[in-house]
This record gives sequence, C-alpha cells and structure tokens, in this order.
Amino acid sequence: MADPTEVLLQTPLHALHVELGAKMVPFSGYDMPVQYPSGILKEHLHTREKAGLFDVSHMGQAFLSGADPAKALERLTPADVAGLKPGLQRYGLLLNDAGTIKDDFMFSRLIGEDALYLVVNAGTKDGDFAYIAEKLDGIAVLERRPDRALLALQGPAAGAVLERHSHGIDKLTFMKVVRCLVAGAPAIVSRSGYTGEDGFEISIEAIHAERVARALLGEPEVLPIGLGARDSLRLEAGLCLYGHDIDETTDPAEANLVWSIAKRRKMDKDFPAAEKIMDRVFNGTERRRVGIRPDGRAPAREGTEIADKSGKIVGKITSGGFGPTLNAPVAMGYVDSALATDGTELDLIVRGKPLPAKVVPMPFVPHRYRRAL
Amino acid sequence: MTDVRYTDQHEWVRVDGDEATIGITKYAAEQLGDVVFVELPETGRKIGAGGEAAVVESVKAASDVYSPVSGEVTGNNEALTADPAQVNADPEGEAWFFKLKLADKGEVEKLMTAAQYEEFVKGL
Repeated sequence: MADPTEVLLQTPLHALHVELGAKMVPFSGYDMPVQYPSGILKEHLHTREKAGLFDVSHMGQAFLSGADPAKALERLTPADVAGLKPGLQRYGLLLNDAGTIKDDFMFSRLIGEDALYLVVNAGTKDGDFAYIAEKLDGIAVLERRPDRALLALQGPAAGAVLERHSHGIDKLTFMKVVRCLVAGAPAIVSRSGYTGEDGFEISIEAIHAERVARALLGEPEVLPIGLGARDSLRLEAGLCLYGHDIDETTDPAEANLVWSIAKRRKMDKDFPAAEKIMDRVFNGTERRRVGIRPDGRAPAREGTEIADKSGKIVGKITSGGFGPTLNAPVAMGYVDSALATDGTELDLIVRGKPLPAKVVPMPFVPHRYRRAL
Repeated sequence: MTDVRYTDQHEWVRVDGDEATIGITKYAAEQLGDVVFVELPETGRKIGAGGEAAVVESVKAASDVYSPVSGEVTGNNEALTADPAQVNADPEGEAWFFKLKLADKGEVEKLMTAAQYEEFVKGL
C-alpha cells in the first residue's frame, strides 16, 4: 500500500500526464503515469511498431568533474570509463565495497567536455549520489542536476520522428551521445533506451520539457507510454530492473552482467571486491540469472518459487509477467547454476501449483538497436 | 425474473431460479487494465460465499475473484481462457466467469443492489 502521508514529487511533465488522462501511481517517491487511456497492451505494442514517449525525469542526472573523473569513477565501477571515447555512452554497475550491485547506471563522455554525464535509477539516486560524493571526495566533484528532465523516445519510428525536431540526429548510432537542439531546446541526446528498440534518451532543462514533449507527441507516430509498458518492454528485452533482478544481494557474476566488466579492469582487478568477483567469474557462482518461458498462459510474477522436476526449490522469479509482443508470459529469475542452461525444464509454483517452464536465452524479443554500419 | 447483485470485492452475480452467473464488474475490469489471463473453477467444485473461485491477471498484476455466494460450480466460460481480453470488452455481459447451483438463495439478498454498488464505487 502507498503511504497516504507520503508527499510525492512531480516531474516537470506531471500536468501533461494528468491532461492526457494518465493513471498516476506512486513510484520511487514520484507521482508517475503507469498507463494512459489506451492501456498497457496497446502502449507496449505501439512502441514496438512505431514510437512511444516516456517521461523518465524521475531518474537521477549528474555531472562528475575534477582532474580525472574517469579514473575516479573507476574506483566504484568495473566498467571501462577511462577508455570511453568522446561522444560515447556506456552501461556500468556501481559496486559497493563487498562487490555487490549498488545500482546500474549509464555514463557518457560528451564531446569537448571533461566532466562525465551520469544517469542513475530513480529509487536509488539519493543513495548513489551520496555514495559517489563520499567515496570520491577530494578526487572528483559530483553535481546533481535536478533541474533537468529526461524523455525517452523509443521504437522503430523514433529516428524519423526525432529527425524532424533535431536535424541530423538520425545519423547518431547506438550508444552515441551528442549535445544538440531538440525543438529548439538545448539537449543531451543519446541513442539508447530501455525497451530493446531503437530510440533516444533526451535530457533537457525542465523549463523546456513540456514544450518538447508536446512537440514529439504531436507527431502521428508517437503515443505517450507509461511505466507499465516500460516494464513489460524492458522485461521482453531481457534487461535488469534494479531492486528486482539485481540489488545489493547480487554480484555481477551471478547476475550475468560480466560483460559490463571491461577486459582491462578484469586484468588490473582494481574495482571494489575485484578479487572476489573475478574468483566468482572464473570458478562459478551458486546461482545465475536466467530467462524463463512458462508453458501455457499463466504469468509467473516476481517472488514465484522455481522448482526442479523433482520438486526441490531451486530459485525464485525476480521479474515476471505477460509479454505482449510474444502474447505469452515471460520471466527472469535466479536458479541453481547447474540448471542455468537453455532448455532446462523447471516448474514455477504459481498459486501452489507447479506450472511447467523452460530456461531460455534472453532477450525474449530481439533487440533492434541502430548499430554502426 | 433475474436479479443482479454486487459485492464490495467487485463481483456481480445474476440469479435465475437456483442458478447464479458470476463475473467481475466494469469498475473492476477498468481498474485491472488489460486482462491477459483468466483461471476458472472446475465444474463440480463446491465453493463457499467469499471463497476464492477464479483468478484474473492483467499485464501488471494478479487478482483473486471470490464467489459472492455458496454453491456448486455447474459451468465456466471457457471462451475467456482463450480470449481473456473479453473481460475488458464486456465484463458484465458476455465475459461471465462461472455458474453456480445456489446452496442458499438467502445469501443473495445480503449483497448490494445495482444502486447500492454504484454509490459504493463513487465513494472509492
């Protein structure tokens, strides 16, 4: 239950969501649109077919500056920050001293700028920024940017749509980032997102947010999309949701996120709990994050127990629901590593009954990022 | 003569002789959003008033459907299993969930009338 005494924050697009008829719910301390009148299914399918506009202004934006912000940030993440070329964005894990996952985040090096641009999760942003500021005190300076809004335009039509409001932007390829104008507003635009589709994340000053959002929503291909479809899209894309699929009880090895540990960092072992994490990378972990497809139509939700065929509990679902693109239930969760191979048959204990399911590769729906040719 | 009554858990029950037809209200269907899965009770099962009878799942969440009255299940709407979206399209008509042979007709009288339910929903 939501705490009725909790004062919810609002994004700069709050009035627009209400005007558009959104159903608003508390999320990470914000009053956010979970869906619009068209509903989650239609919003989800529309994003896969055309383009959807998401308000993700609740996420945390910041700049990290100092003599060598990349080297400083590498104290807290196993990603290759120092090697990031100007104009590129990357995914990273923020680790605590024990080597478990404090958050996942995106970082960018903007062309001609020394500071790094960071985007972290909404629910963890206060803790993340306090942690970064404390750990990097004296080495780097963190400047939070609550004055900035963040929009995501996602879907196969996103490039054509954004090009109408930001000439030349469609030339940008996946994980590239640039400062440009969007509908006349100064923006930081990256070609990335959280749906598995081609698309963009657009950071703009809050004062321009509503005007830019209206301009994009005015395009015939674009519908507003709420958090409900954002979750089903990212689940089909096999992407982790912080606080569910990864958290401070999971490490990069068991979460299957070893790809985010750069080769140089693996060799140098200079990130938090590096020895322990690399030992787990090489020698294995007790459990692993996998994709799971239930047979039949019943969705298996977060918290559903996973059993092997002998009835022994071998894990738990961390994200699960209905995949509208597949018209079938999909889930991800952790299972004993011995069972973490594609094709392994399992049972999901839904309402006390074992429902057959299989371990499958992720993503459930292929990614369609606009990669460099 | 048929009589439709409502519960505070947003089920409706239509009584015809000693047969009750049960579904979820339009209000419930709207609150749930897009329905993607329905689990119905098997014929022959005996259910008490307020007992868990069916499950309805939207994209976001699962909800139990309780039987407003006690009785034995005499049939269920298998069309919903194949096409759960009917629950959103016509919740108080074609998309009924199951039928019961009433154990106690008096139970129906304790449920809300259409006018009472309308007032109840207004207060939510």
